[in-house]
Amino acid sequence: MANDILLALVVVTALAFDFTNGFHDTGNAMATSIATRALSPRVAVGLSSVLNLVGAFLSLSVAATIASGLVSTGEVTVTVVFAGLVGGIVWNLLTWYFGIPSSSSHALIGGVIGSTLAAAGGSAVQWKGLFSKVIIPAGLSPVIAILVATAGTWLVYRISRNIRAGTRNHGFRIGQIGSASMVSLAHGTNDAQKTMGVITLALIANGTLNSGASAPLWVIVTCALAISLGTYAGGWRVIRTLGKGLVEIESPQGMAAESSSAAVILLSSHFGYSLSTTHVATGSILGTGVGKQGAEVRWGVAGRMASAWLLTLPCAALVGAASYGLATLIGKPWGVIVDLVLLIAVAATIYLRSRGTRVGQDNVNAEWEGTVTETRAPAAAPAAAA
Amino acid sequence: MNDWINLHALWEIVVFGLLAGAGLPALFAVGLRFLAMTRPGSPGPAAAGANGSGPAPDAVVGGSTVGMVLAGICFVIVVAAIGWGIYFIVLSSH
Repeated sequence: MANDILLALVVVTALAFDFTNGFHDTGNAMATSIATRALSPRVAVGLSSVLNLVGAFLSLSVAATIASGLVSTGEVTVTVVFAGLVGGIVWNLLTWYFGIPSSSSHALIGGVIGSTLAAAGGSAVQWKGLFSKVIIPAGLSPVIAILVATAGTWLVYRISRNIRAGTRNHGFRIGQIGSASMVSLAHGTNDAQKTMGVITLALIANGTLNSGASAPLWVIVTCALAISLGTYAGGWRVIRTLGKGLVEIESPQGMAAESSSAAVILLSSHFGYSLSTTHVATGSILGTGVGKQGAEVRWGVAGRMASAWLLTLPCAALVGAASYGLATLIGKPWGVIVDLVLLIAVAATIYLRSRGTRVGQDNVNAEWEGTVTETRAPAAAPAAAA
Repeated sequence: MNDWINLHALWEIVVFGLLAGAGLPALFAVGLRFLAMTRPGSPGPAAAGANGSGPAPDAVVGGSTVGMVLAGICFVIVVAAIGWGIYFIVLSSH
């Protein structure tokens, strides 16, 4: 009975993580289209949400891959998975509050590694796998994305420099929406799969499924819905940073950025690198600033993001480890329940604090004033957009 | 070092990434350029619309038949590549 309650709590927590994954990453696909007004904010998140849902169903055979090659799966218990998820959620919420596009995958991996460390010590973590599968690709992927997006932007501007305004505006708007849609689809496929993997891992750890089993249908459906709903909620703070904070984006740049993101994400997953869509999308947007003559790239904002990326794994790991420690200190199943209550309290606090400096669809495109929440008073009545 | 980084895959990601991620938007821009082409003999884009003989400056299509055919070829290639990309997602997840 206690085990069943525990398992149910893990599933709910995993879906909550999936939801934060969705809203944290809406900006990866849609920030550029929102910034150039190719799509209205509401239509953009709606489109992205539907495509994430479709993308999640494109991946039908899911195994518990998130932890394989990173931690000894034999040491993974249901409580370890739960504590790892807590680490991931807390980091996602904190970075969302500060409007920093950080990797949800890293948050999850960090959380699981932290809780595994707390449960079984350093020998249970496969450090080489962590470097070769997570850390090195994370360092390379933004660089590749910058390269591809710079080349794409330069070419697009060079080719289209003196064509008529009508063709240019209309054409690049369509190109931008198409390429952003591809990123949304790829995101649904990649990221929804991670939560499906985590729930499957918990089911295996609990003995409900045999090891090596693939995700049951209900797991696929609930994860697809959770990430899609999260995307629809729209992480406006992160969208604002990506769309307005890094580079002032025009439609041709938006198209080049999203094409680069889609290509790099799809190619990497083909070669077995589970990349962070966030790192790729951020790199691509920076690249469009580098590739367009005279564009201003705010390297300070980019630097702030990069430092958050370095902190993601250790910080999520710390929360994951603390959460595991508390859960085992109190014992089954109350430890997990106490953790969960604390998690809800932290989430509620962050949410309430965010209300003070709210970013929504009405002010997401306001002039950038240095940070995500410093916006000039909107000239038009914000009520009209709400 | 190859244990840590798969240099072969890295090289392929960069090359194919450039082809798809930068080449396709460039091809799309080429298509737009063809689409904007005006009929031979009609005034250039700067004068277009001014005397009523050429397309208005905010028109999407320039009016050249050859241009439209060439533009169509570019767009078909781009759409085919996207279709292949989606097929690729489905295929690689099984």
